[in-house]
Amino acid sequence: MEYLLEVKNLTKRFGGLVAVNKVSMEIKEGEVVGLLGDNGAGKSTLIKMISGVHRPDEGQIFFKGKEVKIDSTRKALSIGIETLYQDLSLAENLNVYSNIFLGREKLKKILKFINVLDHDYMHKESKKVLDRLEIEIPSLRNRIRVLSGGQRQAVAISRSIYWDAKLLIMDEPTAALGVAEQKKVLELVLKLKSQGIGIIIISHQLYDVFSVADRLVIMRRGEKVGERNIKETNPDEVVSLIVGAEKVKQ
Amino acid sequence: MNTNKNLALNVTQNPSKLFSLLAKNWALFFLLILILIFSFTGKRFFQLANFQNIIHLSTTSLLLAAAETFVIITGGIDLSVGFMMGLSSVLSATIMQKMHAVNFLPALSISIGSIIALIVCIIAGLISGIMITKYRVPSFIATLGMGGIASGIALIMSEGFPVTFLPPYLTDIGNGYLIYIFPGKAISFFNKPEGITGKELKELIRIIPNSFIFIVIVLFILWHILKNTKFGQHTYAIGGSMVAAVRAGINTNRHLIIIYVLSSFLAGLAGVFNVFQTGIGNYTQFSSMYELLAIASVVIGGASLFGGKGRIIGSVIGVILISVIENGLQLSGVDPFYRFIAVGLILIAAIIIDQSFPDLF
Repeated sequence: MEYLLEVKNLTKRFGGLVAVNKVSMEIKEGEVVGLLGDNGAGKSTLIKMISGVHRPDEGQIFFKGKEVKIDSTRKALSIGIETLYQDLSLAENLNVYSNIFLGREKLKKILKFINVLDHDYMHKESKKVLDRLEIEIPSLRNRIRVLSGGQRQAVAISRSIYWDAKLLIMDEPTAALGVAEQKKVLELVLKLKSQGIGIIIISHQLYDVFSVADRLVIMRRGEKVGERNIKETNPDEVVSLIVGAEKVKQ
Repeated sequence: MNTNKNLALNVTQNPSKLFSLLAKNWALFFLLILILIFSFTGKRFFQLANFQNIIHLSTTSLLLAAAETFVIITGGIDLSVGFMMGLSSVLSATIMQKMHAVNFLPALSISIGSIIALIVCIIAGLISGIMITKYRVPSFIATLGMGGIASGIALIMSEGFPVTFLPPYLTDIGNGYLIYIFPGKAISFFNKPEGITGKELKELIRIIPNSFIFIVIVLFILWHILKNTKFGQHTYAIGGSMVAAVRAGINTNRHLIIIYVLSSFLAGLAGVFNVFQTGIGNYTQFSSMYELLAIASVVIGGASLFGGKGRIIGSVIGVILISVIENGLQLSGVDPFYRFIAVGLILIAAIIIDQSFPDLF
């Protein structure tokens, strides 16, 4: 089967430091891959090469079987790679639907030549995507500032989905959330998976990753040190891969 | 009657609702209260002529405050507006004076002087904007520097004196009214009815200053841009979260450059208007603090210096509030220096109210 995203031998150096060293990985449609590793393992750098923030020094990226050069975040967005950052990138002073449409506002013409924001359209469309993902937010006219962490996460996710994300990269999606909200976000991840979206999750919370991921990719010191199907591994093995203790065990 | 009763009931049931309404629009309520008080204390305060006067004299402040509103919403500050206004005033007046001296048509000298001054202000805004975005100079410093340069050029050009001997008609336009009524005898538009002289001038009723029409059009356009357009939405987004704006694909550098160009342009417009109003070119004195009064008006109008918040209508209320205090105190026979104290107190009150009700605005 054709992969949604395939990266081959991606390498990124910052001066003398090799942040990511010849890492290859792939992900299918509707698959959730957990990307694990300790701080400084190179997870974020790898992700940033896929989302267009950094340019790889070596290696190739294939999206739906075709090689792509992702040289800007705009390029990544345009082919359907959306990234959710830990700090969410929402404008807190704007309301829910304005954030979903931020940068891609829908306009309408009044008096045939003046472009104005089409609030009704944006409100309606946002409502649709939230309903589709079964997300409940009291009013889409509420500013982001008054929403809870989980609701904000949900808004950020709906924004990606509305703009037709094929691959969603989530950086620590549950980090700042309460227990109940963490659960909701994980349910949302499974929902997106069932709609055929490929998801890469970076997380330190092994429990979260084990409850949603199909496969795990483990990195250490810039290199990929392991890849496991979730059913054939356990948290202990994963932890030892992350910290590099498996050799000691042997 | 019935609805009134309901409303009263509602209010008594939800005192917090009334309270939040008051807190949200406190500047407007305060303005109304001041007008009420000055109507009793001020001689000839509550008169059409005086209100028209207040608006007319607020024109330049309104332009500067509108300029500052855009900049402050993005989380920046523009300290150059006052001196940019002075440069524009001196530059446009000097060009008009020189052209008039060699017998160009007044209309031509006036237009060319105004347009060149505005272009120079646009270029200055462009330079500030590029310094702020491309070279990461804080807006405070970039515009402080640009203001100093503008002030210096204006002083060199004018040699520290007002620029005089300008073409005719300037003040006829700048200080004119839309409608003149000579009770029982004549009515005319834009010009005084012919043949009225001396004592009769005192009976002439003037309605709607030209400056009022001008400022309403300009403010309406700016209000529309901020409220209804993509540009306005992105202005708020940049102020709310620069990171979010960048990640949403907004070209924030380009946007900010346009903001500083717009701010400078509006300051230039204020300078040109100043020439029309006074008939001479005035440089901005260092002690005039136009930019600080503009910033105060914007903050009184509900904007936050941290960005992401502010409205044109709020800033207009802020400007009018300061003007009414100045005018009202004067007509009530209070020493005009008290106005600085009054403005200072209101400014502090504005910040405290803003901080106390973060969810309201």
